Amino acid sequence: MPDKVSSSRYSGRRRNNAVAMALSLAATAFGLGWLVLILGSLLWEGFSGLSLAVFTEMTPPPGASGGLLNPIVGSLALTGLAVLIGTPIGILAGTYMAEYGRYDRLTSVVRFINDILLSAPSIVVGLFIYEIMVAPMGHFSGWAGGVALAVLVIPVVVRTTEDMLTLVPNALREAATSIGLPRSLSITRICYRAARAGMLTGVLLAVARISGETAPLLFTSLNNQFWSTNLNAPVASLPVVIFQFALSPYKDWQALAWTGALIITLAVLILSITARALVTTGKQS
Amino acid sequence: MSAEAVTRAKVLDRLRLGDAVFCHLTRAAALGVLLLLSGVIISLIDGSIPALRTFGFGFFVSERWNPVTDNFGALPAIYGTVLTSFIAMLIAVPVGLMIAFFLTELCPQWLRRPIGIAIELLAGIPSIIYGIWGLFVFAPFLQETLQPFLINTLGNVPGIGSAFAGPPYGIGMLTSGLILSIMVLPFVTSITRDVFEAVPPVLKEAAYGLGCTTWEVVRNVVLPYARVGVIGGIMLALGRALGETMAVTFVIGNAHRISASVLAPGTTISATIANEFTEAVGDLYTSALIALGLILFVITFIVLAIARYLLLRIERRIG
Repeated sequence: MPDKVSSSRYSGRRRNNAVAMALSLAATAFGLGWLVLILGSLLWEGFSGLSLAVFTEMTPPPGASGGLLNPIVGSLALTGLAVLIGTPIGILAGTYMAEYGRYDRLTSVVRFINDILLSAPSIVVGLFIYEIMVAPMGHFSGWAGGVALAVLVIPVVVRTTEDMLTLVPNALREAATSIGLPRSLSITRICYRAARAGMLTGVLLAVARISGETAPLLFTSLNNQFWSTNLNAPVASLPVVIFQFALSPYKDWQALAWTGALIITLAVLILSITARALVTTGKQS
Repeated sequence: MSAEAVTRAKVLDRLRLGDAVFCHLTRAAALGVLLLLSGVIISLIDGSIPALRTFGFGFFVSERWNPVTDNFGALPAIYGTVLTSFIAMLIAVPVGLMIAFFLTELCPQWLRRPIGIAIELLAGIPSIIYGIWGLFVFAPFLQETLQPFLINTLGNVPGIGSAFAGPPYGIGMLTSGLILSIMVLPFVTSITRDVFEAVPPVLKEAAYGLGCTTWEVVRNVVLPYARVGVIGGIMLALGRALGETMAVTFVIGNAHRISASVLAPGTTISATIANEFTEAVGDLYTSALIALGLILFVITFIVLAIARYLLLRIERRIG
């Protein structure tokens, strides 16, 4: 009898193990399935609308044909503005944390706060910029949209800059100091160069993050049906146009929204894959 | 002093000045990050004062949301935010843990990286994409399949039946929760996988040596050891779910009421702000929306702070 008991307990344990393994396999298939489903329906719905006109014509009124030129240009302008404002601040702050104040109390506080900003709801950032820029200026503007996106760029760049500079071996700093290089030059000429690939990755990840952001733009740069290069006025952007067109009752607009969604997703995926490739080549060399 | 010494002193002075300027510049930028956070908090408090002064504590417990009579209460939005996030975590946590289990213990080495990256790509897809997909593909699908099924089965069970009552709208709380669960899945998975991998192999080998099955090793050795990190990852994902805006805005239905049924349309804090802010006329309406933003920020701040604290603890232990 004891043999039978132990063998039945053993087979029970084996059964549990098999069930758990099957469940974990199913969970992985479940997760990957969503990716395939979402990308599949994006290609299915968006690809047919992809044509030259999308990149050369303005957003149409309902019922007419047109393209997405003004929101694409607007998105590029807002993203560029955000990177121009956010990257220098982020790199400088990350430099302080890794170089000057690596063991400071200030650094650990900034790191904690920065990590929270990294995942803070982006719609709150929109409210913040509305309060400090749109309300005092009295109108929505491209500048406000760019600054709102810059607030999202900063934490990403701070994080990667700090991480990458921390990885730079101290021997490099010591060598730089031993030939009489001042600290600032040893950071900008030696450490930045050593950490270049990683820091660039940070900027790419930040661009990938903001290029699909809609919430902070809704009430900062608003939207614009027409061609405009004036950053002091409302500016069209791809995500906001998708939002507006997708929720409209017009079939043409909905089709354009799908096409825009496909363009954004492809851009984001290419950016994040490039960023990953940069990191791996950086590690190998 | 010779001329050479004078130039040398000048150059050194310039370098010293450059050094000081650069050092202070970086410190100013680091302080700027702190300033950013305090700026967000101060501006939100400042903007929400009119609404909080008018409605007082009632703002948090009132179910009314009526722009015509300027009467606002945050309860339906808070309820929707909490409920959708709860549904999301209910699905994302077990699935995310099982994927991490698969990636660390079962998956062949050469497949680990590709599958890990594919799951992380789910986090890279912008939320507006989830929104448009949810509205045109996922919601109609749920309306025809899962929702009628739930209504016909669980809807008749006494006690919990009212949670699955009503017509299948397609959009609603359940749909939003399901989409959120897909969005936060990668956060649970990637952090759990990282802490699972950090478990010392000796512990696992000892358990295998005693004759444990793979599942028993994970259940009784890996999971308890990695508990703090796993909870940190879950809190991080929860913070994301609470603040997620666009994906939810598309499929929630924007109805300011509290329904017993999870199939009914509702609203969340972020969806309310996204839908109504640009159309809000009157200072009180705007202020009520900013007060909603303040509530959201405080909730996510607390959740994220706990997450970071837990993850910091495990980082210290590993590092």
